[in-house]
Amino acid sequence: MNMERAEHSAIDDSLLRQCVHCGLCLDACPTYVELGNEADSPRGRIHLATALAGGDLELSDEAVRHFDLCLGCRACETACPSGVPYGRIIEETRAHIEARHRRSWLDRLRRSAVLAVFPHRGRLAWLTRLVRALQLVGLWPLVRRLVPAARLFPKLSAGQPLRSSEPDGEAVRRVGFLRGCVSDVVQPQVNAAAARVLRRARVAVDVAAGQGCCGALHLHAGDVDQARRLARANIDAFDGRELDAVVVTAAGCGAAMREYGELLRDDPAYRERAARFAARVRDVTELVEPLLPESGGGQGAGRRVTYHDACHLAHAQGVRSQPRALLSRIAGWQLVELEESDRCCGSAGSYNLTEPEMAAALAMRKVDCIERSGADCVAVANPGCALQIAAELRRRGNPMRVAHPLELVDESLAARSE
Amino acid sequence: MSATGTATAAISDTLIDEIRGVVGAEGLITDPAATRVYECDGFVLARKSPQLVVLPASREEVAATLRLLWQAEVPFVPRGAGTGLSGGCLPLQAPVMVGTSRLRRIREVDVANRRAVVEAGVVNLHVTRAVAEHGLLYAPDPSSQGACTVGGNVAENSGGPHTLKYGVTTNHVLGIELVLPDGRVVELGGVVDDVPGYDLRGFAIGGEGTVGLVTAATLRLVPVPAAVRTMMAVFGSVDDACRAVSAIIAAGVIPAALELMDRLIVQAVEDAYGFGFPTGAGAVLIVELDGLADGVAEQVEAVEALCRESSADEVRVARDEAERAALWKSRKKAFGAVGRLAPNYCTQDGVVPRGSVPEILRRISAVAERQRLRIANVFHAGDGNIHPIILFDERDEDEVRRVLDAGREILEACVDLGGSVTGEHGIGVEKIEQMPLIFSPTDLRVMAELRAVFDPLSRCNPGKILPTPGACVELGAPRRQVPL
Ligand SMILES: Cc1cc2nc3c(=O)[nH]c(=O)nc-3n(C[C@H](O)[C@H](O)[C@H](O)COP(=O)(O)OP(=O)(O)OC[C@H]3O[C@@H](n4cnc5c(N)ncnc54)[C@H](O)[C@@H]3O)c2cc1C
Ligand code: SF4
Ligand code: SF4
Repeated sequence: MNMERAEHSAIDDSLLRQCVHCGLCLDACPTYVELGNEADSPRGRIHLATALAGGDLELSDEAVRHFDLCLGCRACETACPSGVPYGRIIEETRAHIEARHRRSWLDRLRRSAVLAVFPHRGRLAWLTRLVRALQLVGLWPLVRRLVPAARLFPKLSAGQPLRSSEPDGEAVRRVGFLRGCVSDVVQPQVNAAAARVLRRARVAVDVAAGQGCCGALHLHAGDVDQARRLARANIDAFDGRELDAVVVTAAGCGAAMREYGELLRDDPAYRERAARFAARVRDVTELVEPLLPESGGGQGAGRRVTYHDACHLAHAQGVRSQPRALLSRIAGWQLVELEESDRCCGSAGSYNLTEPEMAAALAMRKVDCIERSGADCVAVANPGCALQIAAELRRRGNPMRVAHPLELVDESLAARSE
Repeated sequence: MSATGTATAAISDTLIDEIRGVVGAEGLITDPAATRVYECDGFVLARKSPQLVVLPASREEVAATLRLLWQAEVPFVPRGAGTGLSGGCLPLQAPVMVGTSRLRRIREVDVANRRAVVEAGVVNLHVTRAVAEHGLLYAPDPSSQGACTVGGNVAENSGGPHTLKYGVTTNHVLGIELVLPDGRVVELGGVVDDVPGYDLRGFAIGGEGTVGLVTAATLRLVPVPAAVRTMMAVFGSVDDACRAVSAIIAAGVIPAALELMDRLIVQAVEDAYGFGFPTGAGAVLIVELDGLADGVAEQVEAVEALCRESSADEVRVARDEAERAALWKSRKKAFGAVGRLAPNYCTQDGVVPRGSVPEILRRISAVAERQRLRIANVFHAGDGNIHPIILFDERDEDEVRRVLDAGREILEACVDLGGSVTGEHGIGVEKIEQMPLIFSPTDLRVMAELRAVFDPLSRCNPGKILPTPGACVELGAPRRQVPL
C-alpha cells in the first residue's frame, strides 16, 4: 500500500477495509441487477474506491461513471453482514471525485442546475409557480417533450405554508418540524396532513424559523462544504427550543439529518450539538404511530393499499414497520405487500435528473410490481419517490393514487370524528 | 512456488467486434477500470484481471460467444456471482471471462412434477421465492444463497446448512444444459431421476467451470415441510457442543440442519445482529427439525434433553417465524460478520468423519496457537464439514504467510483423520496442490482424460482442479496481481 498516495485521498481506508469481498450485497443493488456489471455493484464500487484511495486507479470518465450510477440507496448496507458503512464510502468517494475530476461541460451544467434550484425554497417556489402557469395555459406538454425531467412534475396546486401549532389540551410531545424544500413546495398537502395528524396525537409542532435545506442533495453531489453549512444552520434553528424530537415527512431529509453527527465530526464548535441533534431526528411516521388510537377497522372500506419502502427510510433509518402499521392498524386499509418493496424506484434525490435512463428503468420495474400487487393506492413516505412513481403511473395512464401514509391516516381520522 | 502460465492468445480487435455483434455493447466490458473488479471472487488472496468480460443474455449468445473464442483459440473462465471461496473464477490462464449475470430467467415452474428450469444466473434464493406460493422450495441453501447463482452452485456442487438431511446440489439437479467450449450445446441428465446410460450430469456437477458453461438447470423442488422448529443451545465449550451433536445423531434424530458456531463467531454475529446470544458462550448449536407436526414436537423435546445432558447452559426454541428467521440470518451471514473482527479472513473448508469433529477442532486450535493466528469456526457439524475462518490483515506479509501455512496444516489434519480437503467450496486455485493428497496419480489421470472429452484443448477455465505443471499461482501477494 502506498501510504504517501493514500494520504492524498479523501477516502478513509479503514472504511474500505471492512469489506470482505463476500458479494452478499450484489442482489440487493438495483444497478447491478439491472446491468449485471460487477463494477456497478456495491462490491465493485468499493473495489474501485479502494484502488482510487490507494492511488492505483486513474480517475477516468469510465471509472467515474460507475460511481455516478450509484443511487446511494444503501440497500447494500442492509444486505451487508460485515457492517460496511457504504453510505459514507460513496460520499467520501464522490467528494474525492469532485475535487479531482474534470467533467464535461454538459455534465457540469446538469449537475449544477440541480443544485441551483432544488435546495432553495425560494427558487423552487418560483419554478413551481412557472410550471403551474405553463400547465394553466396549456404549454406544459411541449416543455415535457423538451426536458425529460419535467415529466416528474405532477399537477400542482397552491398550498399554504406550514405554521407552528399547539394541540387542543396538553401536549404529550413537543417536536420541531423540518419542512423540507421539495416536500413543502411540490406536495404541500403532505406536510399539512402530517401537521393535522400530529395535532390529533396531541403533539405540539414547532416550525422553527431559520431552518432550511437539509443538505442531502449537496452531500450526494459531493459538495460537502455546502452540506456542512446547511447542517449548521438547521442545528442553530432548532437548538435550545426544548424539543423531544425533530420530525420530517421526507425520508431523504431525515436520513441526512441523522448523519449530522458524522458530517460535523471534525468541527469542534458543532460536533456535540450535531450528534445531539442527529439523535433526536425521527421520521414523522415513526414518531406518531405509537401515539395514535387503533382504527377499529372499516375506514378503508376494503380498499387495498400497498407500501413502497423509501430507501432513505428503510435502508438508511431502519423504519419499516411503523408506516405499515399506520396504514392498516390506524388508517384501517387492507395492506397488501409489494414485491421488492425496498428496491429503489430510481428517484434517489436528484438521480432522475442526472441519470434519466437508469431512473426510468427502475421506475418501470417498481410500477410493474405495484400493478401486480392489485392495490388501489400506493403509499410512499418520501416526496422524491412519490413524484417518480406518480410520473410513471401517469405515463401508463394508470389513475392509481399515490399518497403519503399520513394523508391516509389524516383522512381516516377526519372521517372517524365526523 | 513459481507463478507461470501458458502464454495465452492475444485478443484481437476483430474478435472484440465479433463478440460485440453477438452480445451488444451492454454485454461487453473492456474498460480496464471495470474489468479490474473481476480480478478476484470471495477468495482475495489471488488476483488477476481478465482483459475482457462478456455477459451474454441467452443460451444462443453464450454458444455464439464460445464458438468465436474457440475459433480464435482464446481460453475463457465462467463466472457466476463471484461468491466462490477458492478462487474458482480467477482468470488464471484465460484472458476472457464469461459471466452469467444477465442469464436470469426462470424458464419454467412445473408444479405438478415439482421441478423448475432456471437459467444459470438466477440467484439461488430466487428459485425458492418463485415457487413458495406453491408450497415448494429448492433445498440446497448455501449460506451465500442471497447472492450466489444456480450455475455457480452446480459448478461447485454446493451444500448448505440443510445438506445433512436433504443432500447437496447434485441431489437436486435433474438435468443441465451445458455449452461446450466449442459452442455446441448438450443436455446432460433429464427431467427424471433415472436417465439410462452414463451419468454425465453427475460428472459435470462440481466441474468448477472446467467442462463448459452451464446455461440452465432443471431443478428438483421439494414440498415445504409441514412443521419446522428451530432451536439454539448454548454451551460452555466447543467440546460440550460436539458431544451434543454426537448424542443427537446417535439417538437416530436427523435434524434438517445442525450448525455449530464457536465463541469468536458468536461474538461477531451478536455484534452484527443482536440476536441475544450470550456473548460469553463457548459455543452455540443451531438445530432445525422438520417433518410432520407430531414427530417434530417429539424430536424437539428429545434434542433439548440431549443438549442438557451434554451440559448446555441454555436451550431456546424460536417462538415464531420472525425469531426463526433472525436465528438463520445470524448463521447465514456469519462469514460476512467476521469482517467486524479483522480486516481480512480466509475460509477453509474441509471434511472429517463426524466422530472426529472434536479432534479436528482441537488440532485447529493447536495450529492457531503455533501460527499465532485467530481462527473462528462456524460449520455444518452434522456432516463433519468444517469451516475454520482464519483472521488476518493482508498488509502484514508475514501474517499472510502464516495464514497459508495454517490453512495447509489444517487440511493435512483433515486428511490425516480420514477426511478430505474440501467439503463444498471447491478446489479452485486454493486447493489444487492438495489434490495429490487425496487422489492417486491414476485417479488424477482418469479425471484429466474425462475432462478432455469435454474440453480437449484446455480452453475452459484452464489451470483449475487438476494440478498441471506450470499452472500454480503465487498466493499471498495481496493487492498485487498474479503475474502470468
Ligand atoms: C458468505 C459466504 C458463504 C458461503 N457459504 C457457502 C455454503 O454454505 N456452502 C457452499 O457450498 N458454498 C458456500 N459459499 C461459497 C460459494 O457461495 C459457492 O461456491 C457458490 O456456489 C458460488 O456461486 P457463484 O455464483 O458465486 O459462483 P462463482 O464464484 O462465480 O464461481 C464459482 C465457480 O463456478 C464456476 N461457474 C460459475 N458459473 C458457472 C456456469 N454457469 N457454468 C460453469 N461454471 C460456472 C466458476 O468458473 C468458478 O469456478 C459461500 C460463500 C460466501 C461468500
Ligand atoms: S447504494 Fe444502492 S445503488 Fe449504490 S451500491 Fe449500494 S445498493 Fe447499489
Ligand atoms: S456484503 Fe458487505 S462485505 Fe460483502 S462484498 Fe458487499 S459490502 Fe463487502
